[in-house]
Amino acid sequence: MTTKPEMNAADIAKAVAGGKMSALDVTEATLARIKQHDGVLNSFTDVTADRARAKARAVDVQIAAGKTVGPLAGVPFAVKNLFDVAGLPTRAGSKINRDLVPSKRDATLIERMEAAGAVLVGALNMGEYAYDFTGENVHDGPSRNPHDTTRMTGGSSGGSGSAVGGALVPIALGSDTNGSIRVPSSFCGIFGLKPTYGRLSRARSFPFVASLDHLGPFARSVTDLALAYDAMQGPDADDAACTTRGLEPTLPLLANPTSDLRIAIAGGYFQKNLFPEAVEAVSRVAKALGATKVVDVPEAVRARAAAYVISTTEGASLHLDRLRKRPNDFDPAVRDRLIAGAMVPAPLVDRAQKFRRWYRAQFAEIFKSVDVLIAPATPCTAPKLGQVNFNLDGVELPVRANIGIHTQPISFIGLPVVAVPVPIEPLPIGVQIIAAPWREDIALRVAHALEKMGVVAAPSPKGF
Amino acid sequence: MAEPLDDYIDAVSKALALPVEEAWRPAVRANLEVSLRLARLVDEFALPDETEPAPIFTA
Repeated sequence: MTTKPEMNAADIAKAVAGGKMSALDVTEATLARIKQHDGVLNSFTDVTADRARAKARAVDVQIAAGKTVGPLAGVPFAVKNLFDVAGLPTRAGSKINRDLVPSKRDATLIERMEAAGAVLVGALNMGEYAYDFTGENVHDGPSRNPHDTTRMTGGSSGGSGSAVGGALVPIALGSDTNGSIRVPSSFCGIFGLKPTYGRLSRARSFPFVASLDHLGPFARSVTDLALAYDAMQGPDADDAACTTRGLEPTLPLLANPTSDLRIAIAGGYFQKNLFPEAVEAVSRVAKALGATKVVDVPEAVRARAAAYVISTTEGASLHLDRLRKRPNDFDPAVRDRLIAGAMVPAPLVDRAQKFRRWYRAQFAEIFKSVDVLIAPATPCTAPKLGQVNFNLDGVELPVRANIGIHTQPISFIGLPVVAVPVPIEPLPIGVQIIAAPWREDIALRVAHALEKMGVVAAPSPKGF
Repeated sequence: MAEPLDDYIDAVSKALALPVEEAWRPAVRANLEVSLRLARLVDEFALPDETEPAPIFTA
């Protein structure tokens, strides 16, 4: 059995565990594909080839000895370069962090993926310090969209979107503070899971906004997304925000029917500022699920505003000393946003955190009568690299600040979301499947049903 | 002519020992205008006095 470029993680793990393929062969094929295509995609900043071969050999030895291997045996994966990888400085898309001493220990989520048998093959490009929606990076160059390399991947987990969308790896990990998993999923035509705030450990990853930071997986199928997510769950004392809830596996529930679920379309704010492709994508998903009820989300404009204020101020606090000492080593656009964030008066930040509490209560009410909300992931398909403005509902607006307008009011209160790719031609676009807190299982189940119906799918990369 | 926020930027820059070079000032000012506009939108929303901020702390 030989590896195919778009082979999914579940099939790889099955073939490796069953002795039909060796983990080392899978790893070598992955490294060869990265070498062949990443010059164009620019999704990787580090390829950990020696480490990957060593891990793959260890998996093969276990199998040869008749030992039980994990559910991700031999599955290659890569991580946004804000995850600590032992032996590498955690650059977080910056120039400054390259001077850090190399990490001594992997991030918790890498340890858990490898404990399940997965093989880390490298670290991925990202927007500087995760303060980005484009996937562009002044230090490393932009990650490129696998469906049209003249276009953005979306950010800030741009390399994660590019690597999975380009089928270089079946699974990648990224972070999402305001949309950084869901936006690249949308632009690159793949599945992404932003779990409930506090669900997955952030230990030994470089932060951005402690109040809003989440980590999660990207994949080309819902089964792969659930496999990775289940492998990474569990409490972790090394992350102060990580839940103490036990494991709540989702994979066994994926195929359960969705007929008992109350599914509605997010109205008002979420039906404005959309290009026709985004409207079409939401419509296809709603129709497939038989969703006709529209639920208005109160004060989503203010929720987005509050998320913006918390992000810019907590981000500024995180980087204050670097802004004093090495201002010229930042991307100037990031530096100027962070300096401005440092100047927002404290009472306004406190107001934003209090508004968050109020807004959370509104969603608790909504989820009494609804199990799932459907909303667009991005206003548009992937813009051109370097594009500055776009026209939304007749108004010329900056691209960078407005790509995440439909994701920000959702992550603001930490709701679990699966971004599902609708394969519209010529470019895919994502839809958010939003569930109540701690109900990732429901969002994944709905995504799986849509995948089975053929409404959502990760299109084959055709841009390179 | 000085912009309305320039005095404020100078004062906070000094208070925080956070240098703002003249070349950066227009972009810092533009970003601060956006942040303050969005913060005002939140500030205008009346909340009960007993509303707790959202970050979770476990003693």
